[in-house]
Amino acid sequence: MGVLAHVLEAAGLATVGISLIRGQAETVRAPRMLHCQFPLGRPLGRPDDPDFQHDVLRRAFALLPRTDVPVLEDHPMVIDDETDAPLACSLPPRFDPALPAALDEVAGLRAAYDRQLARSGRTLVGRTAGADGIAGLVEKFLRLADGAPLDEVGLSGSEAIAAAQDVRAFYEEAALALADHTPAARQAESWFYTATETGRTLKAARDRLEADGGERNVWYYLTPASQ
Amino acid sequence: MSADEEIRARLSGLPAPTFDPIATTVAPPLAEARVAIVTTAGLRPAGEVNLWRPGDFSFTVLPAEGRDFQLSHFSPNFDRAGITADLNVVLPSDRLAELAAAGTIGSVATNHLSFMGAQTDETFSTLRLDTGPAAAKLLRDDGVDVVLLTPV
Repeated sequence: MGVLAHVLEAAGLATVGISLIRGQAETVRAPRMLHCQFPLGRPLGRPDDPDFQHDVLRRAFALLPRTDVPVLEDHPMVIDDETDAPLACSLPPRFDPALPAALDEVAGLRAAYDRQLARSGRTLVGRTAGADGIAGLVEKFLRLADGAPLDEVGLSGSEAIAAAQDVRAFYEEAALALADHTPAARQAESWFYTATETGRTLKAARDRLEADGGERNVWYYLTPASQ
Repeated sequence: MSADEEIRARLSGLPAPTFDPIATTVAPPLAEARVAIVTTAGLRPAGEVNLWRPGDFSFTVLPAEGRDFQLSHFSPNFDRAGITADLNVVLPSDRLAELAAAGTIGSVATNHLSFMGAQTDETFSTLRLDTGPAAAKLLRDDGVDVVLLTPV
């Protein structure tokens, strides 16, 4: 992002950037940066907190008159991720014992996903399939976890990564409805990968692809490195 | 060490191109400035479903009035639930609209832009020579003075 700041500034646009990784900001030396020690993925700090977001913007825009570049100031607040404290949110009981547990779980979470979609009007599901297709994607990951190769389940490497993101988004959006509040950073992620059948299936698929000598640029990006 | 701390430790100090001297553009008074957001979150208008891949330095146009954007960043290594709950945490469109209504900024650009960050090409030549200048022209043609850059 810092390189982009240099390019835009040289083209006649005044820039100010938010930094989330101070070491990168120090290296790239963009003209004006406000370093925010906030969770990765949350550069404005706090979702659903307009006052806090306005405070970040006020501090960022205050750097615009500065020409003693590079300028790198720090926001005084620190907000950490909470990977080690998974979201507490109850899963639906088994409904159809004939189904694999992960597929039964998907069916059980559909109502929560729909509630979140109705509430927010937007969804991050849809790269490879909509909500109706999540069970089909999970079936593919179950097969990958059992040792089937990617081409046998009908996924390219890129499609597998995108499919994993769709499945994760479906669960995280359902979790927002079940928890009824916005969790701290990475809490929903940790809940998905540690407390759900499908999250464990994704990790198993990743591990199996790695063990079978699969392409690193595929299996590595199926799940967060923290999981 | 938290998940984010581990990533910060791994990515800090990676090589980057040197810009010397550092170009600067003087911004007009904020109350007169037209402001755009350029994010590296890898956002696309909903329906454009293709995932960004490393090495792809292209950008997408995000209408400033739009809110239904798809997160197409290839990396799973950042929190996504915050973006799901409130897009403003990465693309503060509502906040800019409020600042414009209050007269704090002059106006909001017609469009915001998104690239995908977390790139590993140390030269960034496509960004520096091709897509970056093209993005700048698009913004300048819209009368933009100030760009707010947001990462993930």
